[in-house]
Amino acid sequence: MLAACGLTSTDQLFGQIPAEARIHEALNLAPGISEFEIVDYFKGLSDRTSNGYASFLGAGVYNHYRPVVVDTIVSRGEFLTSYTPYQSEISQGTLITIFEFQTMVCQLTGMDVANASMYDASTAVPEAAMMAVRITGRHRILVAKSVHPEYRMVQETYAKNQGLPIEEFGYDAETGQLDLADLEAKLSKEVACVIIQTPNFFGIIEDVKKAAELAHAHGALLVATFSEAASLGILAPPVDADIVAGELQSFAISPSYGGPFAGIIASKEKYIRQLPGRLVGETKDSNGNRAFCLTLATREQHIRREKATSNICTNQALIALMATVYLELYGKQGLRELATQNLAKAHYLGTKIRPHFSGPYFNEFVAAAPAGKTPEGINEALLEKKIIGGLPLGRFYPELSGATLLCATEMTKRADMDTLAEVFHS
Amino acid sequence: MIRKVRSHITQNEDLIFERSSPGKVGYQLPALDVPEADPSALLGAANVRGEIEGFPEVSEVEVVRHFTRLSTWNYAIDLGMYPLGSCTMKYNPRINEAVARLEGLAWSHPYQPESLSQGAMEVVAKLEDALCEITGLDDITLQPAAGAHGELTGILLVRAMLEAQGNPRKRILVPDSAHGTNPATAGIAGYAVQNVRSNDQGMIDLEELARLADEDVAALMVTNPNTLGVFEENIMRAAEILHSKGSMVYMDGANLNALVGVARPGDFGIDVMHINLHKTFSTPHGGGGPGGGPVAVKKHLAPFLPVPRLKRLKDAFAWDYDVPQSIGKVRAFYGNFGVLVRALAYILAHGGPGLRNATVDAVLNANYIRHKLAPYFDLPYNRPNMHEVVFSDDRQSAKGVRTGDMAKRLIDYGFHPYTVSFPLIVHGALMIEPTETESKQELDLFIDAMISIAQEVDEEPAKVTSAPHATRTSRVDETTAARKPIVRWKP
Repeated sequence: MLAACGLTSTDQLFGQIPAEARIHEALNLAPGISEFEIVDYFKGLSDRTSNGYASFLGAGVYNHYRPVVVDTIVSRGEFLTSYTPYQSEISQGTLITIFEFQTMVCQLTGMDVANASMYDASTAVPEAAMMAVRITGRHRILVAKSVHPEYRMVQETYAKNQGLPIEEFGYDAETGQLDLADLEAKLSKEVACVIIQTPNFFGIIEDVKKAAELAHAHGALLVATFSEAASLGILAPPVDADIVAGELQSFAISPSYGGPFAGIIASKEKYIRQLPGRLVGETKDSNGNRAFCLTLATREQHIRREKATSNICTNQALIALMATVYLELYGKQGLRELATQNLAKAHYLGTKIRPHFSGPYFNEFVAAAPAGKTPEGINEALLEKKIIGGLPLGRFYPELSGATLLCATEMTKRADMDTLAEVFHS
Repeated sequence: MIRKVRSHITQNEDLIFERSSPGKVGYQLPALDVPEADPSALLGAANVRGEIEGFPEVSEVEVVRHFTRLSTWNYAIDLGMYPLGSCTMKYNPRINEAVARLEGLAWSHPYQPESLSQGAMEVVAKLEDALCEITGLDDITLQPAAGAHGELTGILLVRAMLEAQGNPRKRILVPDSAHGTNPATAGIAGYAVQNVRSNDQGMIDLEELARLADEDVAALMVTNPNTLGVFEENIMRAAEILHSKGSMVYMDGANLNALVGVARPGDFGIDVMHINLHKTFSTPHGGGGPGGGPVAVKKHLAPFLPVPRLKRLKDAFAWDYDVPQSIGKVRAFYGNFGVLVRALAYILAHGGPGLRNATVDAVLNANYIRHKLAPYFDLPYNRPNMHEVVFSDDRQSAKGVRTGDMAKRLIDYGFHPYTVSFPLIVHGALMIEPTETESKQELDLFIDAMISIAQEVDEEPAKVTSAPHATRTSRVDETTAARKPIVRWKP
């Protein structure tokens, strides 16, 4: 092959690189190792983690069972090793799975249109806020303090560089729900959107309708986010929101130390041309057969460049496929049963450990450590029993430094909940 | 002649919603070990939803067949060469999938105690170290979820550094040959975009650059090798021009696979760059994601990297949130960790010498294609290329056949199309990137296919303009899709 290129050595392939830009010694990286050694190495790492522990952590990342079929499907090379489906004729498989994904996201959230996925909820939320800024022509963003703290941190990073002022509004110390009076006081005709989460970071279900009424009365949009998608199996969808930006990690996506997950962004029909990212649409091929393709690309960076609705290119297609397979397996009945089981487990735990807030909760709740104890101390004691306790809230909410966020899912065993309660109160 | 493929039966398949029938299920849940819950009593009736209208009801085997049938309608690297320029479609080793699924890594919670996360944190540490060594840069964040997200992170780092100096500045310079994400990113980071015209060789025009560079320029976003697949031989001079004005040089690392083990961006003037783990480091594209977009920087940008930073204590790793000058977070938690595991496995499997060999093979493959196809297709910039080569459809378009037509015809020959109409500085571009994955045998099949298509353009152009002919879906009407968008199924 070198000869065919008119070359005599592979070094000549790099002749165009100036000598001073080239490296003259080998990279300081060990030589390659065999497959067996790689497995051995990573097994060693895997053993130095939480492997074998029961856990009451939720806080945006949930332990739900992943049916075996999900991995069977996403391991197929035709899905795993294909590119973004720009060439429709040989990408109908991926395109149809995305179309089904978009449809089910709409069905779950009560929105009219949904895109093909975002990186995760923490980045979908600021993209939703940017949508609202474009739609309203306003610049101020109001975020509930009960939105996931990491989503708020990402929102801040995005907004501060675009000159979008952000203000937070509080939660009711009794119910854990939105402080609507605080929201109303902070609304003005400069506000582009109000961002709320339901169930919120404390696991409490918000009154989306009331928040929407307040936002709309001031000409602002309501952006609703969620981190626990399993709640959508039983909770009324946030139909009063204008944009929904959430997280589907709960649907067969393993916690994987924080990612990759699959975010969604969905909205009312009239905002379709302001959506970021990829969208799949239905059409026909030249023989008149139903076919699918990426569509409305004039919103996107590869066509519009600096005028695009977002810079997003690669999304989370394969992870979104996991959620798609999961949702089709569970279906109408399964999703409801899954949600009801989560509700039952968490409320069983709620009978053993009193929730701090009075608002209705789905599968996690805040609990104050008993007098003389700290959440951190309780967690230390639990580790000895191979149980990871809840998330101590002090790092995100100084006013809740004596409290912990506990989560139970369909995977949580009654015996572990009993042990948790014992240690908690002992 | 079509040598690589012949047709076979594929199954028809409806949308899952059309297969659905009431009462069917494909899931199992264990019996509850706690008392049952009454949703209306616990949540309030108004908070409880009714049935999800139109939601699927199918059995497990129907789900398996549904997706298996659909999968057979896709092309994939596992089926053959995927010569998409700029996209770096290389083989995705399955060992990487296996280790990413190990229980302790796949089921680690981001908020679990650090004492129970050391194995996961070592993945982060090892990958950080390896990528710094490969890029010649001093520090790195693995938090960004994809290339474009890395670009945004990188430009925010530049902005934060300049702001700390007192002036964030106003403009980002972007060559006209750049990926669309570059200008889109600059816009989202709050900068005005100024396009830089390439010279007649498709390279950075130093005179033009010197004219545009001033104290209002925050950074130049450059891709190297550029989107023509050519190394910017004046990159060090360009960096000097920018640096003399206090501006930064951002490198789009989409083409890093042409440099690994041969040249390091940190050695040729780059201040900050992103790396596409799903390109150079072989994590699967998965039909459009997930990716990974680590951002590596020189020392002067390190104080601004996102939180948390991984701290290397004497005998443990720890997350450090106390970074006063940090830009904050660009994503929840620590990034696409599962993707990081795969990339590290790839690096360990190859090792230093193996990574360099991959670079050499990728560049050799692309040069081989250039030499073999040069007699048949116009080379607008005829010079030695690195990992990819860009032709134009000048000769063929004279006969009414465009790059997009030939790309579609390539499908009939059993290949995925090359990248069409990019970079924008080449009219009617055919952008071909073989990667190191392809053997001479597969490359020769591809070359034969391209030559055969060039002949078809001369002899029976209609066959090309109406392609593909062998697919179960013929050419798709994208215009109608955009004019009357149907983006969800309805009963």
